Amino acid sequence: MNVIEQGTDRMSGTTERVLTDEMVAEIQSLLPRYPSKQAVTLPALHLVHERLRHVPLAAVVEIAEILGLAPADVQDTLSFYGFFKQDRPHGNVRAWVCRSISCHLLGAEEVLAHLSRRLGVKPGETTADGKITLEYAECLGACEFAPCMLAGTTLHRCLDAQKADQFVDQLK
Amino acid sequence: MTRFEPVLLANIEKPDCHTLKVYEAGGGYSALRKVLGSMSPHDVRELVKASGLRGRGGAGFPTGLKWTFLPKDHPGPIYFCLNADESEPGTFNNRYLMEFDPHQVLEGVIISSFATRASTAYFYMRYEYPTAWQRVQQAVEECYAAGLLGKNILGSGYSLDIYLHRGAAAYICGEETGLIESIEGKRAWPRIKPPFPAVEGLFRKPTVVNNVETAACVTQILSRGVDWFKSIGVPADPQNPRDAGSYGPKLYCLSGHVNRPGCYEAPLGITVNELIAEYGGGIRGGRKAKAAIPGGISMGLLTASEFDCPLDFNGPGRYGCLGLGTAAVVVMDETVSMVDFLHNSCQFFAHESCGQCTPCREGTAWSLRLMQRIKAGKGRWKDLDLLLEIGDNIGIIPGTTICGLADGAAWPLKNAIRKFRPELEEYIKRTNPQGYAETNAVPALQLLGIH
Ligand SMILES: Cc1cc2nc3c(=O)[nH]c(=O)nc-3n(C[C@H](O)[C@H](O)[C@H](O)COP(=O)(O)O)c2cc1C
Ligand code: SF4
Ligand code: FES
Repeated sequence: MNVIEQGTDRMSGTTERVLTDEMVAEIQSLLPRYPSKQAVTLPALHLVHERLRHVPLAAVVEIAEILGLAPADVQDTLSFYGFFKQDRPHGNVRAWVCRSISCHLLGAEEVLAHLSRRLGVKPGETTADGKITLEYAECLGACEFAPCMLAGTTLHRCLDAQKADQFVDQLK
Repeated sequence: MTRFEPVLLANIEKPDCHTLKVYEAGGGYSALRKVLGSMSPHDVRELVKASGLRGRGGAGFPTGLKWTFLPKDHPGPIYFCLNADESEPGTFNNRYLMEFDPHQVLEGVIISSFATRASTAYFYMRYEYPTAWQRVQQAVEECYAAGLLGKNILGSGYSLDIYLHRGAAAYICGEETGLIESIEGKRAWPRIKPPFPAVEGLFRKPTVVNNVETAACVTQILSRGVDWFKSIGVPADPQNPRDAGSYGPKLYCLSGHVNRPGCYEAPLGITVNELIAEYGGGIRGGRKAKAAIPGGISMGLLTASEFDCPLDFNGPGRYGCLGLGTAAVVVMDETVSMVDFLHNSCQFFAHESCGQCTPCREGTAWSLRLMQRIKAGKGRWKDLDLLLEIGDNIGIIPGTTICGLADGAAWPLKNAIRKFRPELEEYIKRTNPQGYAETNAVPALQLLGIH
């Protein structure tokens, strides 16, 4: 409902566009890679998410328009992947603490609890200064470095409370 | 025992091993040159078939045979998908190959695409591999610049484009038809089979999905030959016509309570004991082992007395496990509580079930709630039977679900409860002395009147 209304609004020119011309051009440049426009959904969501740190509903409508889909098609895909934020942007850094078996065996739960206390947020939340979003992850595919955490594009290996503190200090 | 000389990991110690220059200096892309210069797609398919190569992604399906399921004389397009979604807990060998030797993987993808007559390949990588993503992207660019990808590769007349496609942190995208749906831009709901992807796959066209390590093996088979590949591993049992054997080297991921966790290359058939002792440097802190996951958490559990289990395609199955899976061995020492292990396992599968099949969606969620109750000291012996009932009834083996995720959820339950029941009962009795033997149903929450 909301989606459609925003879309109509935007098309009548009363709402600002969310996607920049550059983002639109980048999304369009991916179209020749696939025989269907819908296949660009996930790459487009990533593109927008990377720039805006979330994909607001208005962006969903605009992506759908580029791909010739109903906004619900794009929203359906987006909501399947818990990865994409929608209501508000995630923090400067998204810190994923692995909780799967190899990391769990070596103290992942304590690391996550420690970070949660230290940052004053629960997993899934962003610190008040907007710097860090703390999240848990399932196996990060780096089990030889258990317990580990992926923060942005950096893998933090063999964590303990002390190393977790160092990570926080560096960002503050 | 002398250590096996690594082949798949032969390059990883070299400086700049991820670059085209270093790869080619070590003989890289000579297999591709040979293929394009002197072989037909049919020749390559037959060679890979003869090698006995079985898929490294988890199911162990013979690769050459899968390729021959593609319809003959199809006008095209045919698609090749590389499965780099690697998300099975305990598994990181694909990451190793992509970070340290992306060209070995790409050479395998180009050869495999040629063999299957695909002119577009999608490289589907999980989101959580930023370094691998960057290295593979760079490697693909190097290939285009060197004429190893694109139109008329090396003047052979064969053309191929490889596109990288990024996942979004969902385990189910590793299931091959979930992966296909995900590339198509939809939720990654696995498809009912048949039709199999070879007949109707990506964009409803014939499609082959192969794992990263499988592609690396293809490169080595074309480079070193069938005899070399078949000289490694465990030959097929001549008494058993259905045994396809376990040939070739394998990347084993070792983690958990060992001194030297890591990715190690050994011939298929190494035992858990040998892997821990020769590569893992023994159990941490001089403790005793209690159990191990033989090939990713979906495969179930071996007890320490079962560590003579050979890690080939038949081994774990003989010990009551689901199979070799991804050959990711997670070792647990004597301090680990089976309640804790099972809770963790149930948490993973409840989180990752795609929700499409009721037995899987409800079964994984229910088993997590039961394990939470047990962990919190409110368990009953009866809960173990309920958990077993769930384990025995979800999955494609009992025939109640669309994909194998539910089998993966079931095996840890079945193995842990059947192999460690006394420990689980003791925990329940100790933490719930008043109610452990209760057999009445847990009263439902009072329902609100909904109209
Ligand atoms: C729940 C589930 C997850 C899977 N995840 C992966 C994966 O991450 N990587 C992979 O290669 N295969 C995975 N597979 C197996 C694939 O469905 C498929 O069999 C495999 O990619 C085929 O490649 P191969 O023949 O080279 O092994 C998964 C299967 C299931 C049921
Ligand atoms: S078995 Fe589970 S994960 Fe697989 S399709 Fe069904 S609900 Fe989805
Ligand atoms: S279990 Fe944590 S990275 Fe694999």
